[in-house]
Amino acid sequence: MSKPNSLRTGPDEHGHFGIHGGRYVAETLMPLILELEEAWEAAKKDPSFKAELDHWLKDYVGRPSPLYLAERLTEQLGGAKVYFKRDELNHTGAHKINNCIGQILLAKRMGKTRIIAETGAGQHGVATATVCARLGLECIVYMGALDIERQQPNVFRMRLLGADVRAVHSGSRSLKDSMNEALRDWVTNVRDTFYLIGTVAGPHPYPVMVRDFQSIIGNEAREQILEKEGRLPDALVAAVGGGSNAIGLFHPFLDDGGVRLVAVEAAGDGVETGRHAAAMTAGTPGVLHGSRSYLMQDDDGQVLEAHSISAGLDYPGIGPEHSWLKDIGRMEVASATDREALDAFQLCSRLEGILPALEPSHALAHVTKLAPAMGKDKILIMNLCGRGDKDIFTVAKAMGVEI
Amino acid sequence: MSGRIDARFKALKEEGRAGLVTFLCAGDPDIPTFETILAGLPQAGADLIEIGMPFSDPMADGPAIQAGNLRALKNGISVARTLEIVRRFRAADPATPIILMGYYNPIHHYGRHGFLDDAKEAGVDGLIIVDLPPEEDEELCLPALERGLNFIRLATPTTDAKRLPAVLANTSGFLYYVSLTGITGVKSAAAGEVGEAVARLRASTDLPIAVGFGIREPEQAAAIARHADAAVVGSALVSELASCLDEEGRPQPGLVEAVLGKVQALAQGVRGARRK
Ligand SMILES: Cc1ncc(COP(=O)(O)O)c(C=O)c1O
Repeated sequence: MSKPNSLRTGPDEHGHFGIHGGRYVAETLMPLILELEEAWEAAKKDPSFKAELDHWLKDYVGRPSPLYLAERLTEQLGGAKVYFKRDELNHTGAHKINNCIGQILLAKRMGKTRIIAETGAGQHGVATATVCARLGLECIVYMGALDIERQQPNVFRMRLLGADVRAVHSGSRSLKDSMNEALRDWVTNVRDTFYLIGTVAGPHPYPVMVRDFQSIIGNEAREQILEKEGRLPDALVAAVGGGSNAIGLFHPFLDDGGVRLVAVEAAGDGVETGRHAAAMTAGTPGVLHGSRSYLMQDDDGQVLEAHSISAGLDYPGIGPEHSWLKDIGRMEVASATDREALDAFQLCSRLEGILPALEPSHALAHVTKLAPAMGKDKILIMNLCGRGDKDIFTVAKAMGVEI
Repeated sequence: MSGRIDARFKALKEEGRAGLVTFLCAGDPDIPTFETILAGLPQAGADLIEIGMPFSDPMADGPAIQAGNLRALKNGISVARTLEIVRRFRAADPATPIILMGYYNPIHHYGRHGFLDDAKEAGVDGLIIVDLPPEEDEELCLPALERGLNFIRLATPTTDAKRLPAVLANTSGFLYYVSLTGITGVKSAAAGEVGEAVARLRASTDLPIAVGFGIREPEQAAAIARHADAAVVGSALVSELASCLDEEGRPQPGLVEAVLGKVQALAQGVRGARRK
């Protein structure tokens, strides 16, 4: 429930969160995003839409995902109790499908027959291809050529699911470029195409719509922790690429001032090296892909290439709501390097018997610092938003192992 | 307003012909070569000149203009240098309208008010900012109008009767009709459809209407010039330029002449077309 002075009422009618957000798109797309906004507003109020969404989330995705006490990790870290919100157990292995189901049901309501998406790690692409296969829609996934190289299992998975995976060779050949290419497709195929953005980026209404679809993570976690512990947690920790898994966990807790919200960015080789993806730590407000938010850019406002071992975090921007939560001091921003994420990946595998994706491994790397600094009576929830099977080749390579 | 755009369209009307608007990316392939081309454009027949402000992520552009953006950035173009180029051009040519076209982020980063002041002072007449729709008019459009810079908006095939008033509200100088849904330089436009669209727009506005996207050859430019007040050619010129680069992207002798030759041919097409 949102109260007066609630932090949960944003954005305003133009999609602004403070100075961030907005609708910075070409005129060709404007009528489309206005149509989308209208359709989304109508669907939100329609009980039959919610019933349909709930059905798919329960029986197809496998929700609710468990809230799991990571006992051995907690013991080893010797501080706060660490819980994992296990969205890696969702069908397709990450939180991305929560949003895909929602948007594709919306696309069907709108009579769209062709779904396009961008993908970095391939998780959003796989989730999109999966739901399109099930609901019988044409699916085109744009993926940076560099990401295609490092996420081969997901590329093959998408193709098995019948998606047309198109390699993007422009720019840094990773996530931001695949988004450019998806936008180019959309601006060309305006009548039948629905652009399914995989994170809380893009022009209004995408950031708010994706947040709403992902908020099921935090809504469940809130209920589950109250049931298990009888109280709210002291901190929530999540990795941020564009920010969808993080805002999904955080949003239902925004008005609970006692709950710390910690977003963990990818520091790549280290923020000081310039080879990173830490937009909030090292960037300044800028306009890319339809909204204003923190952005990695040079002196001339040219967008810099991001660098991270994790393809899902390899993006030079961040969602507008995160940018605002940082500005008002409601959300803390931390970062973890490639090395730290790899260590956390192995730690989690050995202690908990869970291979985490490289994205939440960044969150975990920060948890290994944060939990010991908190008392044993404290409670922390980390979003384990994806499983690591897709990353084993990358991890093996980084460990110097041939498989 | 600076009045150069209005004055040029008025003069074209008196001549009874449509105009040619050329587009090239600032600093493509390098700053000195670009300035030589720019200086020759009016003589070659460009009635209005659009200069692209290069951006790392040109989301609305096709491969030719994407490549032009990247070449220019690699060779050191920046917002500040683009304005210097305009200043030098303006010192020699007080009449030909200059329109800067680009994406918002480099302007945002430069500082929007400082940018507008500096652009005005350099002799810029109008702006086309692809990712600033009417919904974001307070960002740049209104401050630009206050300073007497035209803000030129794009109308597209998705601009229906419901949308058109919003597009026209703060548009000045001319209306740029993008004849295709899509990115620059990929498909070509059918003149018949364009004619209908232009007629539809004329019912709602007295502004001159320029039509672009997909015009490559003099005959196409002529066909468009029969309906519109100006034809805009971009990708075809950028491609012509690119075809005169060596493997390392360096300009070959004859590049400037080839680009200006293409402009001349297009201008002849436009000038030879009888207005309906
Ligand atoms: C498992 C996983 N976590 C996190 C992300 C980053 O995206 P976001 O910040 O939107 O959650 C991705 C993106 O591909 C992902 O696959």
